[in-house]
Amino acid sequence: MKLVLNFTPVWAELELILDGIMLTIGLSAAAIVLGSALAVLLVGLKSLAPRWVGLLVDAYVELMRNTPFLIQLFMIFFGLPLLGLKMSGATAGLLAMTMNLGAYATEIIRAGVDATHKSQIEAGLSLALTRLQVFRYVVLNPAFAKVWPALSSQFVLMMLASSICSFISVSELSGAAAIIESRTFRSFETYIVVTLVYLALALALKSSLLLLGKRLFPNASGLERLDVKAGSV
Amino acid sequence: MATFGFPEMMFILRSAGWTLLLTALAFTIGGIMGGGLAVLRLSQSRILRNIAAGYILVIQSIPVLMVLFMSYYGLSLFGIDLPPFLAASASLAVYCSAYLAEIWRGSIQSVPFQQWEASSSLALTRAQQYRYVILPQAVRVSLPPTVGFLVQLVKNTSIVSVVGFVELSRAGTLVNNATFQPFKVFTVVAIIYFLICFPLSRLSRHLEKVMHAGRRH
Amino acid sequence: MPAVVIENVHKRFGDNEVLKGVSLSVEAGQVVAIIGRSGSGKSTLLRCINGLEMCQSGRIEVAGHVLDQDPKHLRELRKDVGIVFQSYNLFPHLTVGENIMLAPRLAKGLGTAEIRKLAVEVLAKVGLSEKFDAYPDNLSGGQQQRVAIARSLAMQPKVMLFDEVTSALDPELTGEVLVVMEDLAKAGMTMLLVTHEMNFAKNVADVTVFMHQGKIWEMGTSAELFAAPKTPELRNFLSAGVH
Ligand SMILES: Nc1ncnc2c1ncn2[C@@H]1O[C@H](COP(=O)(O)OP(=O)(O)OP(=O)(O)O)[C@@H](O)[C@H]1O
Ligand SMILES: [Mg+2]
Repeated sequence: MKLVLNFTPVWAELELILDGIMLTIGLSAAAIVLGSALAVLLVGLKSLAPRWVGLLVDAYVELMRNTPFLIQLFMIFFGLPLLGLKMSGATAGLLAMTMNLGAYATEIIRAGVDATHKSQIEAGLSLALTRLQVFRYVVLNPAFAKVWPALSSQFVLMMLASSICSFISVSELSGAAAIIESRTFRSFETYIVVTLVYLALALALKSSLLLLGKRLFPNASGLERLDVKAGSV
Repeated sequence: MATFGFPEMMFILRSAGWTLLLTALAFTIGGIMGGGLAVLRLSQSRILRNIAAGYILVIQSIPVLMVLFMSYYGLSLFGIDLPPFLAASASLAVYCSAYLAEIWRGSIQSVPFQQWEASSSLALTRAQQYRYVILPQAVRVSLPPTVGFLVQLVKNTSIVSVVGFVELSRAGTLVNNATFQPFKVFTVVAIIYFLICFPLSRLSRHLEKVMHAGRRH
Repeated sequence: MPAVVIENVHKRFGDNEVLKGVSLSVEAGQVVAIIGRSGSGKSTLLRCINGLEMCQSGRIEVAGHVLDQDPKHLRELRKDVGIVFQSYNLFPHLTVGENIMLAPRLAKGLGTAEIRKLAVEVLAKVGLSEKFDAYPDNLSGGQQQRVAIARSLAMQPKVMLFDEVTSALDPELTGEVLVVMEDLAKAGMTMLLVTHEMNFAKNVADVTVFMHQGKIWEMGTSAELFAAPKTPELRNFLSAGVH
């Protein structure tokens, strides 16, 4: 039984950890932006496009929600090159994260959209707004405000799940940990450090999103908050 | 080079069985831990409440992957060398416990506080209040999110290969390494996951609807 | 010896002093009505008596138990002190019979046959014998409240507390609950009841207590108090009909 912890070798690899942090933040930020955009597109399609398109969106969402992120990542990373789409691990990771987050966010935002009263939509239409304008200003904005807490949790979960990209040798934070572990043979110490970094990142992201929500939706306290749950990817 | 044939398919199906077993064991251990944590989280002692809240916050704020590594290396640091299946189950149980604790805490708190007052006024002990008054009501509320969480647990079993256990995902990787037919292999794997998860998702949603429509007993 | 002794009780919620030195003594078999404006501290006083709220200073003794923080002592006290709430608070997942039999079994450890006999008895007392196997949700408010009374009675308490038990009920349903309470009073139960039913206080209670701003402002036999209120506040309260 060896209970002596030695962090010195791990600190020597600080640069790797910092690079890993940057990549984790970069991947997560990009996936949050792109995934949200995808979700808005899908919710818009469900609201505005013909019914069969909506059903396709539903199918996509169910597929993503009921299969592991890891398998989605493998499909993209190992599968797409066979179709001639060669990509780096990081790109594959970003694509998988975007598609996954897009599905979860679609479900969340749609719950917000469904909570918008018909009368408001009709009011908007009667003011000679186009259907797209109504969707943008009357439906989407309050929907976002209502589901912001759930959406924020989903973003945090996605950031945490970016660690799975280490399975295809992306050297984000977890990937960096794997490299350090193999160099130093200090597994537990390495993972203690990296775990603490993730903890800090998650708490920081959580509070930033809370602040951002207050900024973006200052009137949100007047809206009833919807009880939608985020889901682990 | 091998092709993706009958033996490979059988290997994958057997591994899917391991995924189910892993889920069941992790859920059982994690459920016991989570139940205890939920009660601690609502305990009358502030210290116990804070300890439970801290544990839950930390586990929910780090990747499942880190939970796996930490519990795996943590255990081995204390000289406990579990076989891969148990190591994987134990690590997943740690993850599971925090989420179940939070779900169940919410369910317990959804029981109106007047039920606590009424039962304590009838001279029941706290344990009796839980056992006969609060939990029977909380269990109903907890069913839909608990089943929903099972889906997440099944999906998260996909990464336990890091502690050396071969379940469905790892089996897929091994077969792919041998056959180089990623589309075929991972589509089959994805379909199996979907067949496990989708009915659970539907069941969770169904239970939720029944609960909203149903009466209270 | 009095059944309830309250001596100089003070209770604060944060900065809000809700009870400002309340003293009251209730003899065994007496019925005491507590009246007063909303927020005057009536419920708080009642809840202090069975330890649902803990007062910061003062002394409370009920049915021979001195109130303190010890959970064991509190349970002993509560075996002898029943309380009925405005919102019934029946256990929705249990039948009427199960609601009634739960505490005698768990807290008092009585045998099954004895408990069943007891349940049938108290249910008959509140006139709901046929509802033994019904669930609370299938009963009217008045019926639920009578079951709640029966549930308390099954513990064979020495003192019963009632907190506005008819406030949530329609006038017709109020009557059926008041009848049950009147029977209890006649049978010699020691009762403290917070009520907005002035007629009930006047006709059934031996003593009526008027609370105002966290104090017992005026008290006396119900006959005297209602016939000749001494303080302007009570006169005001009785005439305004703001109950
Ligand atoms: N748990 C609590 N926390 C904080 N303040 C409380 C609490 N319970 C009661 N109060 C406050 O104590 C005061 C007295 O409340 P109490 O319920 O005793 O009044 P009451 O005389 O029963 O009124 P009502 O007729 O409306 O029932 C009120 O100002 C109330 O807001
Ligand atoms: Mg009151």
